[in-house]
Amino acid sequence: MKLTAHKRLIVWAFAFLFGSLGMAVAANDLSLQTSIFSPESAPADSIKHLSFLVLGISGVIFAVVTGMILYATVRFRQRPDDDGKEPPQVYGSNPVEAAWTIVPILIVVVLALSATRVIQEIQNAPKPESALDVVVTGHQWWWEFSYPKLGIVTANELHVPVSSPQKRLPTFLQLRSADVAHSFWVPRLSGKTDVIPNRHNQVWIEPQRAGLFVGQCAEYCGTQHAKMLLRVYAHTPEDFERWASEQKAVQAEGPQVAAGRMVFQRTACINCHTLDNTIADGRFGPSLSHLMSRETLGAGALSNSPANLRAWINNPSQFKPGVRMPAMNLSDSDLDQLVAYLATLK
Amino acid sequence: MNTSYTPSSIAGVLDTPTRKEGGKTIFEHLHEWATTVDHKKLGIMYIVYGLIFFLVGGVEASLMRLQLARPDNHFIGPQLFNQLFTMHGTTMVFLVGMPIIFGFANYLVPLMIGARDLAFPRLNSFGFWLSVMGGLILYFSIIGGMGMTGAGSMPDVGWFAYAPLTGKAFSRGNSTDYWTIGVLVGGFGSIATAINILTTIVCLRCEGMTLMKMPLFVWLSLVVSGMVLLAIGPLTAAQIMLLLDRYLGAHFFDTQAGGSAVLWQHFFWIFGHPEVYILIIPGFAIASEIIPVFSRKAIFGYPVMVGATVAIAFVSFGVWAHHMFTVGMTSIGNTFFVISTMLVGVPTGIKLFNWIATMWGGKIRLATPMLFCIAFLFQFLIAGLTGIMLAVAPFDWQLSDSYFVVAHFHFVLVGSLLFTIFAGIYYWFPKVTGRMLSEKLGKWHFWLFFIGFHVTFDTMHVPGLLGMPRRIYTYEASRGWGTLNLICTLGVAIQAVGILCFVANILWSLRSGKRAGRDPWDAWTLEWGTTSPPPEFNFSKSPVVKSRRPLWDIKHPSDPDWKYE
Repeated sequence: MKLTAHKRLIVWAFAFLFGSLGMAVAANDLSLQTSIFSPESAPADSIKHLSFLVLGISGVIFAVVTGMILYATVRFRQRPDDDGKEPPQVYGSNPVEAAWTIVPILIVVVLALSATRVIQEIQNAPKPESALDVVVTGHQWWWEFSYPKLGIVTANELHVPVSSPQKRLPTFLQLRSADVAHSFWVPRLSGKTDVIPNRHNQVWIEPQRAGLFVGQCAEYCGTQHAKMLLRVYAHTPEDFERWASEQKAVQAEGPQVAAGRMVFQRTACINCHTLDNTIADGRFGPSLSHLMSRETLGAGALSNSPANLRAWINNPSQFKPGVRMPAMNLSDSDLDQLVAYLATLK
Repeated sequence: MNTSYTPSSIAGVLDTPTRKEGGKTIFEHLHEWATTVDHKKLGIMYIVYGLIFFLVGGVEASLMRLQLARPDNHFIGPQLFNQLFTMHGTTMVFLVGMPIIFGFANYLVPLMIGARDLAFPRLNSFGFWLSVMGGLILYFSIIGGMGMTGAGSMPDVGWFAYAPLTGKAFSRGNSTDYWTIGVLVGGFGSIATAINILTTIVCLRCEGMTLMKMPLFVWLSLVVSGMVLLAIGPLTAAQIMLLLDRYLGAHFFDTQAGGSAVLWQHFFWIFGHPEVYILIIPGFAIASEIIPVFSRKAIFGYPVMVGATVAIAFVSFGVWAHHMFTVGMTSIGNTFFVISTMLVGVPTGIKLFNWIATMWGGKIRLATPMLFCIAFLFQFLIAGLTGIMLAVAPFDWQLSDSYFVVAHFHFVLVGSLLFTIFAGIYYWFPKVTGRMLSEKLGKWHFWLFFIGFHVTFDTMHVPGLLGMPRRIYTYEASRGWGTLNLICTLGVAIQAVGILCFVANILWSLRSGKRAGRDPWDAWTLEWGTTSPPPEFNFSKSPVVKSRRPLWDIKHPSDPDWKYE
């Protein structure tokens, strides 16, 4: 029979669909590292609770209305033994239509009130005295993080203290852009907030446990939007203090790297980069102070090691096509000396 | 199933003499089509133009899906990928959606209201050729976009082209200008056509067709035309301001000189959000014609359907900043747009329930047009529910600009609009060509496309929830989005086979399809009262109607609609 064939096809389609989705989720435990449903910080956490309410209500509506569509389609389909007469004509019904106007209005009221509460909670949260301030500046295609009270400037990897109910240490991020619009998004810590030139936006995070939380630029910002990754390291307050003092420390330099330091200072590096205790004070690229304390290069384009650093300086486009940094065209010996010097910047 | 049922009682009532085609050369045919001011020929050209660009946009999408099928892929580089999503978005909205909805309105509105043509036939032709010009300018960027500074060819600023990425400092060369001018010119064409349809519906209805006796398709076309008139203005203004910025040293969006990047977003979305409804209301219009005919019942709650549409149109002009929940508006601003956006859900819900109520108690014929409409109801329900999720501003802070949003609006534009467009093509193809489309190929087309659509776009919600932003050309394997993206890409392959069935069906049926007769679906609106295809003048004598379903009245003289309305 024709209709059973249809039904079988539908069943198969849905079996395939849900089967494949299930497998995909099972195979992707790793991806929980940026799931919006595994928050580790206050704003992301209240968003999760709100989203469960919304998902619950949507789920009920979905089940009811899908049921109605399926029931109507199956129950009222034309039968093979149809008598050819038209069915009774119904032109409408005021009470019925009033019902499905009023019920959605009630649902909207509930959802709007819950949304409003969370908007207030997140956007108008008071800033405690103990909060850490960080200025985040989006560049094409990397992040600059500066800690005005600590005198630290770093790039692409944000370090913040863990907050606890006993000792609240949230981090308040002032968002600035040096060029085009970007968006700051670390799903497990908070929702995204755009980073817009000529505009001062703010977002706050309050991680509850130590660890690495990854995120990336979420507003299309040009060629390498995809490789504008960012990493947030949450440390215990003691570890954070240690990290901050290391970043503030003057770098020790032995005579063995003097040649590499010279290569650095006489090439174009200094036009774009800043490096403490050298003549380099460029602002176009990330600061190189304490470069080797970072785990990645090129805003997450590759992991940081002397070998990778050498390849990156030689030709950054190989790892990040379209990147603003040009290939430096250094001789092999210059390159070796330069990398030997940079590798000491712990 | 009795698909070619024509009650003898309607034959001859609205009769028209048949016209004899003399032998014409191919150049005479071309000349005739290029210079025509006939609303039916222009309607067909609009739809064919849209379908051709639909294939182009589909190829662009497929290339992107191939690149994303696995992590760290090197199939397409970042520049080309960025150009592809810019062209895909711009093409599908401005060169596919808009032309096809105008094509349907162009062809059907005069027939449905018993008119001989649109009010301004030459303006109609002007509007169509402007749209063509817009498309050609956009795609000319491929060879013309290099410009003096040699940067880029196709535009790569994204379809909503956020400032200041479009400024001279960040977008060198001329590719952005081709985008700007292409969209600008196409917009003028849209305004011309909107004025035309509006005037036609207000002034050229046949005797007896009061506003509340118009078919819903006509009502919804009226609402959409009004929205186009209001919405294209801000877009045009923004494009001109952008050109002034780029060439005359203005600073509207030039943030380095104190301009505002957010201003562009306001201008764009106060066009862009009504635009979503401009595209989807014609989908509603098509469904509102097909669902009653294939359920064998009058539309449930006609006055409420009209009211709900007008309400959607009205509210849609007050919700634009829900595209901007992440730009850092105040909590009051965010709350306002949460409430206004959710309010859209109320009239939209009413429409969905009324369509289901139309099916309720009917005798549903599951022919291809109806299959597409039922799938539309299901998919539009999902699109609406994910829309509600996105309307909850804090939830949106997580979902915005992620693949969840991409999945959501593809449920609107593919799952809802495109499915109704296919329904409409299967439904009116017999009227336009005189031949039926093959039901067998139609079913293949439906099921393949339906399954492929769900494999791709159901799955696509998940990487968004797992933190995958849109518009990235690649991602690392360690992010764990690989399998999901592979499934999305596999779904595209299934959809592509479905589309091949559709193209094959059209080409085959044009020559060998079953003869349709004037009323193959046993339908009730005026276009089915004339021959298929209709003569140039549509009706030899102007029809007189007494109800919303004039052909029902003729077919059931003992039980006419006008007794109840």
